[in-house]
Amino acid sequence: MKYDVFNEEHEQFRVQLRRFLADRVTPHAAEWERNRQIPRQIWQEMGQLGFLGFCYDPAYGGVGADDLFRVVMSEEMARCSAGGFGVAVCAHNDMSTTYIDLLGTHEQKLRWLKPCTAGEKVCAIAVSEPGAGSDVAGIATRAERKGDHYVIEGQKTFITNGYYGDILVTAVKTDTKAVPPHKGISLIVVEKGMKGVTARKLEKIGGHASDTAEIFFDQVEVPVEHLLGAEGQAFYAIMKNFQLERLVATILAVSFAQHILELTMDHAKQRVAFGKPIAKFQAVRHKLAEMATAIELNRALSYQCAVQYAKGEDVTKEISMLKYASAEMVNRVAYDATQLFGGYGYMAEYEVARLYADLRAVTIAGGTTEIMKDIVGRLMGL
Amino acid sequence: MYFNETHEAFRASVKRFVDREINPNMEAWEAEGVPLHELFRKMGDLGFLGIRYDPRWGGQGLDYWFETVFIEELGHVWGWGLPVAIMVQTNMATPAIDMFGSDFLKERYLKPAIAGEKVAAIAVTEPGAGSDVAALSTRAVRDGDAYVINGSKTFITNGCQADFLTLLARTSNDPGHHSYGLFVVPTDLHGFSVSKKLDKVGLRSSDTAELFFDNVRVPAVNLIGNEREGFIYQMQQFQHERFTILPITYIACRDIIDMTVTYIKQRIVFGKPLSTKQVLRHRLVEWLAEIESLRHLTYHVVRMKTAGLDATREISMGKLLAAQLLNKVASGCLQMFGGMGFMNETLISRHFRDTRVMSIAGGADEVMKDIVARMEGF
Repeated sequence: MKYDVFNEEHEQFRVQLRRFLADRVTPHAAEWERNRQIPRQIWQEMGQLGFLGFCYDPAYGGVGADDLFRVVMSEEMARCSAGGFGVAVCAHNDMSTTYIDLLGTHEQKLRWLKPCTAGEKVCAIAVSEPGAGSDVAGIATRAERKGDHYVIEGQKTFITNGYYGDILVTAVKTDTKAVPPHKGISLIVVEKGMKGVTARKLEKIGGHASDTAEIFFDQVEVPVEHLLGAEGQAFYAIMKNFQLERLVATILAVSFAQHILELTMDHAKQRVAFGKPIAKFQAVRHKLAEMATAIELNRALSYQCAVQYAKGEDVTKEISMLKYASAEMVNRVAYDATQLFGGYGYMAEYEVARLYADLRAVTIAGGTTEIMKDIVGRLMGL
Repeated sequence: MYFNETHEAFRASVKRFVDREINPNMEAWEAEGVPLHELFRKMGDLGFLGIRYDPRWGGQGLDYWFETVFIEELGHVWGWGLPVAIMVQTNMATPAIDMFGSDFLKERYLKPAIAGEKVAAIAVTEPGAGSDVAALSTRAVRDGDAYVINGSKTFITNGCQADFLTLLARTSNDPGHHSYGLFVVPTDLHGFSVSKKLDKVGLRSSDTAELFFDNVRVPAVNLIGNEREGFIYQMQQFQHERFTILPITYIACRDIIDMTVTYIKQRIVFGKPLSTKQVLRHRLVEWLAEIESLRHLTYHVVRMKTAGLDATREISMGKLLAAQLLNKVASGCLQMFGGMGFMNETLISRHFRDTRVMSIAGGADEVMKDIVARMEGF
């Protein structure tokens, strides 16, 4: 179905990005997965070509593009056969640098946002902790003001780009006695390499090209100029940006599902069992029809949300619905696809097999399915 | 109610073995693979590899309930690669030799398999023939006192370490099911090669291989039974294979749930343990209900087999239910572990990676449904 969402500029951007990904990313994806690392050079190339931070002000290297460019970007990242890479880039682009843009001063933006847009620095958002995942207000990492410094003590985990990245936008408690507790949360920029910051790389089920880390802050002294916005106001910024993060997660999920469907259709038309292509079996055809239907339903609402989000409207309820619906949907699609691939669907050399593992995280990361349903319920007045 | 004191004593010895010899090594075996010869010899000494087989060949001559006890205890292993490797030896590659093989084959292959001296693999699947077993194209052509085998097999568990394969090959061009032979193929024969070790989503402690046969001359005495009846033998051997997933699943699912409950009881979210969340409690109970019914379907199957009845219909239904339940429980419990569930250092992540294949291997869900439909007469 053709949707009236993107204009000519969006489509031009798509063509350029698609060409770049096909030339510079897809051929190397397997190597990056094996090495568990994305080369720095690719970030720099993306920066030079305008594929990073394009929504930000030209003063910081962007072009002031609208949020629909983020949608185009996510769609292309999901179909370039480099699962973990897409996640790493979106974490940089849509989930972390956004806070510097949203809350930072001119000086802060020059210092951190500009090099991120150029691809010289890689950014991460550090909110989750061993004891606080979905429950953001429950974080325990503390930042105590001492003169012109904060002293940070605590631990973060599951931080995408946390191992090889440079800039950690870190959620901390600057006031541990605030009532309600979320009013004590602030965001502080911590640079990797600061004394007392150490990271441990985590091995995951999938998404191997993207690095995920546990980060320890041991009496880390950070100048007060690293505080983004005012003390105690970060929770609202986090909740606001979560909408963008979840919208992007939805677009990724829909686009990954579409990509898997296409791979599976090709397979089902070619693979012969019991004397005919398996696509000729009714149960298989119906399975593929169900996948296509689920994808289209999710895509329609996600585009509608993207358009309204880009206009600045509050679509929290619908984005929350979509985040879990699309995440569950893409897991179902990946499961069914591996089933139709048979034994090959379990072999790591097949993309559907890798995606089955990669995508398991999406019903958890960025707010679990259960949290999304809690939010929807609350917004329904329940 | 189902097991007597002797069964329970046997259970205790299997449990001890799992606790002492298997689980402490699983982490290392996941990284490096299992030295099957070393492990199987220990298991052979304890009589674990020939539970139902004739004492004449070193077996224990015990009933299906003992076999069920053994498989149940393998459900406590921390990962699926090794249990699968063991069950290939006991339930997938050797039952046909036991049922249809000559004394020569039993002496030469079944006996050392039971003793754990030889590692076995079952070679049926081919690149172009998975669930559609009748489509396989590996050929065995009679030439004097041998059969000459040409072709390839894939997704073969234990394929890299096996000393012999129980291999299904086409022996005639005639259509229909009476055109295949089942052979015992030693892997030290000229022309046999492991063409590829396969990298999988999970089951890392088990090796899976693609095998190549280039004019491999197998002595004619290595044919199991009649050279035109191999497919029929394999269909019966499949019943022993498919049965294994039933006991192992309800035990492993129960362990997975227990481990998850332990976690959510101590995991505090929004000021309360996660275990107080109604949605999670209800979800767990739904799985427990399914686990309980799978257990009793299994015991029903054991009774049928003990009575000498054909349980193909019930085993096919059980395999379908078990594989789907397993995937549901592994993925659903991973969800309850949150971000930790996606990290390889957690056992739940291994269960998730390992269990996906159970709906595919040994006959896909779709094939189980086709079998049942056919048996139901539609």
